[in-house]
Parts: sequence; structure tokens; C-alpha cells
Amino acid sequence: MAPMKLYGATLSWNVTRCVAALEEAGADYEIVPINFGTGEHKSPEHLARNPFGQVPALQDGDLVIFESRAICKYACRKNKPELLKEGDLKEAAIVDVWVEVEAHQYTSALSPILFEVLIKPMLGGTCDQKVVDENLEKLKKVLEVYEARLSKSKYLAGDYISLADLNHASVTLCLFATPYASVFDAYPHVKAWWSGLMARPSVQKVAALMKPSA
Amino acid sequence: MKVYGWAVSPWIARALVCLEEAGAEYEIIPMSRCGGDHRRPEHLARNPFGEIPVLEDGDLTLYQSRAIARYVLRKYKPELLRDGDLEGSALVDQWMEVEAHHVEPTLWQIIRNCITGPYVGRPRDQAVVDESLAKLKTVLEVYEARLSVSKYLAGNDVTAAGPLPLWLHALLHGHRVRRRRGHIPAREGVVGRAAGEAVGEEGHGRYAAGLWVRERQHTVMCVLCVRVLSEVLAIYSRHSCIFHQAK
Repeated sequence: MAPMKLYGATLSWNVTRCVAALEEAGADYEIVPINFGTGEHKSPEHLARNPFGQVPALQDGDLVIFESRAICKYACRKNKPELLKEGDLKEAAIVDVWVEVEAHQYTSALSPILFEVLIKPMLGGTCDQKVVDENLEKLKKVLEVYEARLSKSKYLAGDYISLADLNHASVTLCLFATPYASVFDAYPHVKAWWSGLMARPSVQKVAALMKPSA
Repeated sequence: MKVYGWAVSPWIARALVCLEEAGAEYEIIPMSRCGGDHRRPEHLARNPFGEIPVLEDGDLTLYQSRAIARYVLRKYKPELLRDGDLEGSALVDQWMEVEAHHVEPTLWQIIRNCITGPYVGRPRDQAVVDESLAKLKTVLEVYEARLSVSKYLAGNDVTAAGPLPLWLHALLHGHRVRRRRGHIPAREGVVGRAAGEAVGEEGHGRYAAGLWVRERQHTVMCVLCVRVLSEVLAIYSRHSCIFHQAK
């Protein structure tokens, strides 16, 4: 069976979010780079995979899907369903809660910081410190909740690792490439949780791929 | 099951539509946004982010409206998530993510500027509205292309990808949008509409109101949306005081 193809640039934390899931799930996949510089993301071939002209997209046989978190869930469901706990109503629900929290609380506060600090300079712009500061404050409030949660359980959804934890890997690796990684220092349980995640081969693979630059 | 929140929130509507769809027994526990109920310790114990909705089912407490929606559907109507079907469930997830990341943020900017803004005395940022409308058109083009080849978003049967954005998509049943994007109102599907009727039921029928967009003058007419809101208010007037207190 041909390996799955993950389309996108490894510079993108949305692409590498999928890499973490694919690696942890032990999926057979390859990364097919998409060149934004040449406008490949807007080519008819790529628009057929992702009509928004974005990355990532995943092709597995006849199935083509986009949206990183949908791709991550598919990878888990296919190769390591215990990462979603879908056989257990209650546990699956708690995994879903924290998958949503990653998207709508954690990454929604973190990605504007990453954009200002890491991406804008690459595009010839300057970092808007006001945006960074506002979102750092939001992030701290989120981390307070995480600290409370992680002082009661080893991982976010319980004492088992789940997709909810893994979905944090790519953006958090990027945070550690900015001058703001010290925001974690005030939250010892969050730090310990992150150290645990960093030690996993799946997350190490993402770190090696991303080589995020400050 | 108990659903905590204030009735006019589209996020609680997401949970309610799924509960109705599932035929589940539930009650709404009203909270007051103006009264700051969401910041009180008893609510923070349910949702540490201090948001609504929250669902309680026995000893399980859930928050994040999409997680609630998935739980309810998985429990009562797993076919709406295409549970057990690897490809089908991937497509449902994909379109739910599209709604979360492309539709909701865009529509929300329009709603908060044009509908909730006037109620709380916040001036409209027309530049944001214009930008959001432009983004919305791009999204509608993607939906149009998809719904030209597939009866519903995730396939030829109704799934969760359909009903979930209903409340927000109801705002698209406006005159100009309907004329231009002919497929979209029809594709909400019988199931979606039925659930919508239940939510809007007490004599007021469907929530099929809309956002009437006048592009040339760059104004957004919210007449029909206000009708939706007043319907919801009438229905839940015994639960929610938000707009009366906010005025």
C-alpha cells in the first residue's frame, strides 16, 4: 500500500501538527513539499487538494482531506485509535474538549505571537509588539488553566497521552524559538508536561524537521 | 442532561441543535451574562475558561461547544459523525474544521459589529465588516463548489458537518446571498431545518432569517437577523435577560 502523502512546507506549524500525529500513530507517510514562493499553493493541482489554497493536505489512496486537525484525527483513527479514545464515550469526550481547547484557547493566543515574531520578519514586515503583549497576557490566562489541570492529571485528557497533547507540539516548539518561551517558567506542571512531550520520538522528529529560526 | 448558558449565544445554539437532533432529554440552566454568572466560582468549577455552553451528563461535565456537539451525537446519533467509517468521518471532521476556522471567525466579526454591537453601544468597524464579507465570499465559493458535486458537505447524506453551523448559516439566508449562491439554502437539509424549527419552535417557526448584504453601499442590513434574535428572546424570555439588561 502506498504511503500517505502530507502536502505542505515543514515551516508551517499546521503541517507539523500533522507530522506529530502521523509519527505518534506510526503511520506510513511521506511529506511532499509545496512551494509557496512559486505560488504552488494556488496551482490547480493543489487547489484540488485544498480549495482554500492552504497547507496541509493529506492524500491516502483516493481520499484527500485538508484542515490539520481533521488530518490528525484521521491518522490516529486509522493507525492508533487509542489516541482518540473513541471506544469510550466519556474519555473520547474529554479528549475532544482538550482538542478544542488547543485550537480555540491555546493556539488562538499563541499563533498571533508566532506570526509577529517568526513569520512577519520573513515577509519583510516588523513585529507588532502590542499584538505580542496582548496575546501573551491571554496565553498566561490559558496556562493558568493548564497548570491547574496538569496538577491533577499527567496529560490533558487524563493519565493517558492523547491527540489533545500532541496537537500542542508544533506551536509550542515554535514558541521555544521565540524570546517568550520563559512564559512557561511560572507554570511548573505545564513545563513538566512539555518536557515529557519533548522526549517523545514523534515530537523530536517534528523538532528536527522544523528547525524554527528566531 | 443540563446545558448551562444564555440562550441567545450561537454557541449554545450549536449544542441545542445537536441535542434536538439527537432527541435527547435536556434542560437549559439559564445564566446571566450581565450578572457575570460565567465568572463565578461555581461556573469556573464547571468550565475553568469561564465560558458557555457547559453540558452536564451525570458526572461528566463538558465545555467547548463542538466537543459537546460531538459527545451528544456520538452518544445518540453516531451516524451523523460517520462513526466507524474512516473516510466518512474524516470528511465530517474536515468540514467541521472549515466551519470552525473559516466560517465562524468571519461571520462572527459581521455579527458582533452589526448585531450585538448596536445592542451594547459599540460602534461598528466597517473596515472589519468589509474585510469579513470579502472572506465570506471566498468561503461561500468553496461551499458552492463542494455542494455542486455533493448533496451535503461531507457526502450524500446529512452529517454533523451540516447541522452544526446552522445558526450562523441561518444568517446567510438573506436575499442577495440566496440569489447568488443558489445551492446553499437548499443544502442545509431536511434534518438541519427540522432541528432549527425545534429550537425556534414556540410559534415562531424557522430561524430562516438572514443577513442581507448591500455591497455597493457597504452596509449590512440586519433586519432579518434582529427578527431571529427577537424570536429567540421571546422563546427564552423566561431564561435570559441579557438584552433587556444591556440596553
